[in-house]
Amino acid sequence: MTEESPVSRAGKGNSKGNSKGTIRILQLYPRDMNIYGDWGNALVLKRRLQWHGYTPELLEYNPGDDFPADVDIIVGGGGQDSGQLIIQEDLQLRAGTLTELAEDGAPMLVICGLYQLFGRFFKTRLGTVIPGIGILDVETQGTDERLIGNVRVSTPEFGEVLGYENHSGQTTLGSGVRPLGTVAKGTGNNSKDGQEGARYKNVVASYLHGSLLPKNPAIADFLIRTAAERKFGTFDPGTPDDHYALLAREHAARRPR
Amino acid sequence: MLYISVPLGKLVRRVSRLRGGGSALPGLVVEKIDPGFMKRTLSTLPHGVAVVSGTNGKTTTTKMVVELLESQGLKVFTNRTGSNFTRGVAAALLGEVDWRGRLQADVAVLELDEAHAVHFVNSVPPRYCLLLNVLRDQLDRFGEIDKTAQLLQHVAGKTTGTVVLNREDPRVARIAETLTGQQVHYFGLDDSLLSTFPNDDDMRAAPGSPLPAALPEKPHADVVLRKVGPDTADFEYDGVTVTTAMKLRGVYNIFNAAAALALARSICGSGAATADHGTLLTALSQVEPAFGRGESLVVDGQPLDLVLVKNPSGFRLGLKSFAAGGYATMIAINDNYADGRDMSWLWDVEFDSLRDGGVDQLTGSRAYDMALRLQYDNVPIGAVEPDIAPALAAFIREAKGKPKRVFCTYTAMLAIRRELSKITTVEVVS
Ligand SMILES: [Zn+2]
Repeated sequence: MTEESPVSRAGKGNSKGNSKGTIRILQLYPRDMNIYGDWGNALVLKRRLQWHGYTPELLEYNPGDDFPADVDIIVGGGGQDSGQLIIQEDLQLRAGTLTELAEDGAPMLVICGLYQLFGRFFKTRLGTVIPGIGILDVETQGTDERLIGNVRVSTPEFGEVLGYENHSGQTTLGSGVRPLGTVAKGTGNNSKDGQEGARYKNVVASYLHGSLLPKNPAIADFLIRTAAERKFGTFDPGTPDDHYALLAREHAARRPR
Repeated sequence: MLYISVPLGKLVRRVSRLRGGGSALPGLVVEKIDPGFMKRTLSTLPHGVAVVSGTNGKTTTTKMVVELLESQGLKVFTNRTGSNFTRGVAAALLGEVDWRGRLQADVAVLELDEAHAVHFVNSVPPRYCLLLNVLRDQLDRFGEIDKTAQLLQHVAGKTTGTVVLNREDPRVARIAETLTGQQVHYFGLDDSLLSTFPNDDDMRAAPGSPLPAALPEKPHADVVLRKVGPDTADFEYDGVTVTTAMKLRGVYNIFNAAAALALARSICGSGAATADHGTLLTALSQVEPAFGRGESLVVDGQPLDLVLVKNPSGFRLGLKSFAAGGYATMIAINDNYADGRDMSWLWDVEFDSLRDGGVDQLTGSRAYDMALRLQYDNVPIGAVEPDIAPALAAFIREAKGKPKRVFCTYTAMLAIRRELSKITTVEVVS
């Protein structure tokens, strides 16, 4: 079990102990975009990598930092309006790097605020247009109405996805992306089309907090598998114990909106 | 002049008491038939109205302010029932006014949550307000934390006399910049205690990161909490530091005592002139925690502490204030409306401090969400049973002869108290 994966490039694999290799997770703007437990997504990736036998390395990127090289998974969350204002300019500076990574198939998870800013633009209630970085072919309109509550989504890739939404921006998908799934309870992207989230290459975008990944280990493992295959050519899964996740899903699915 | 609304409201209040109902219905009745009732009644008070608001600690702080003012010989009207709503205040007034609608009190001290405080101050501008903190709590109701700060700012703006602000919470302290006519007083913390009060912005932030913009220079605070001992605290005011015994536990509650002291001094007049500081401090040392905010009971001859946790900062403070060693631990998480439906906040709390001893019992409608959270922090878990009654019984049985601690959300705490009174003699010690 200690062999270095043959495709492990340029010393990126981890040689210590029984690790199957190191996977580097980058949290985007954890200082300003980390609300409603979005930190839980990074924690779940870190632990599940360990449970799968890999060595996780958790990195942070905040405005003005050097952008780390050799990033394998990117996660980003939601924020206050004030948080979004702070990171906007910096995000534009990193648009090129992030787009390149996404186009190259790097797995990414963006929730709520960063989902919106990964799109083409966010138009505020008052009509101000805040440019996004356009990785996702989506656009968002700010509204007065806040969409809040428990959500259940049927997805073709990850089965039923459970979470909690809390947003006033309403997002419309263009033809360059597909939805993550169809809403069975709750609102999702907007109050019109019954769709939630967006998928493009290996980018998963969603409005769901909760945190999203703990109760949806299928999405966590998709990000991990994609990262491992991209880095080492193969993914050699372990056997995480998901029985609490299953019970938490069962109970959460029955709770009121 | 005699108003029909008061006798009628009092009657509804009696009937609804007999039926075991809450306080909202009689308040609603009076509000409907006599919308001016509350304003008219409160405007007669010689010292006016003081509003206490903020995310955490309103109930204990309000209770402290009341006891401090009573120590100065004032007759205080307050909404003791913990009703957070305008309607609850109207109902509480009904209980206190005579049949002709007169309130026998010098001052009213009212606990109001952020959203309802706004409605209240629009109809009854308070003479004083005390704003404690803005933390992530029930965001599913209020939207965003900045919005909550705006609500408090509105309350301060409607205040006609003195606004008392938490100097250490940037969102609260900055409200001063928006005020024009009001007097502003602060309560504050010694620098050495700041690190025990993580605010939500600090949670994931790199050390020293400047968010949100703190005040450029710390303003002078009327009352500063300098030091906290095992059962004492040092407060500084009027340039002197005094040590007093405290029955309250936890740094957090004692910081609220500084807040209460600052408001009481504003109402009585600060400086040596008007307030009698000997009696103020004696009253402060005797304040006991309000219902549900960290209570100690005795069950089967062993202490059982109930620690209310309703948001990440509260949970983190609860874990920090009470050492885990030697205690059997239960966590009860409900997601009823009054608790907040969103469970995301559990992921903003670190549970490392429970790793050594583990958690013996998990319960509540979101017991499995809690189990999942602990699993990801590598905290060993005993039993999980969403139904509170059997879970509590099992916990008490299994942990026989051990002191116990229960961290619980609001509605879980109510259920636990109900169950405890059924299965054992409950003796409240503090
Ligand atoms: Zn959101």
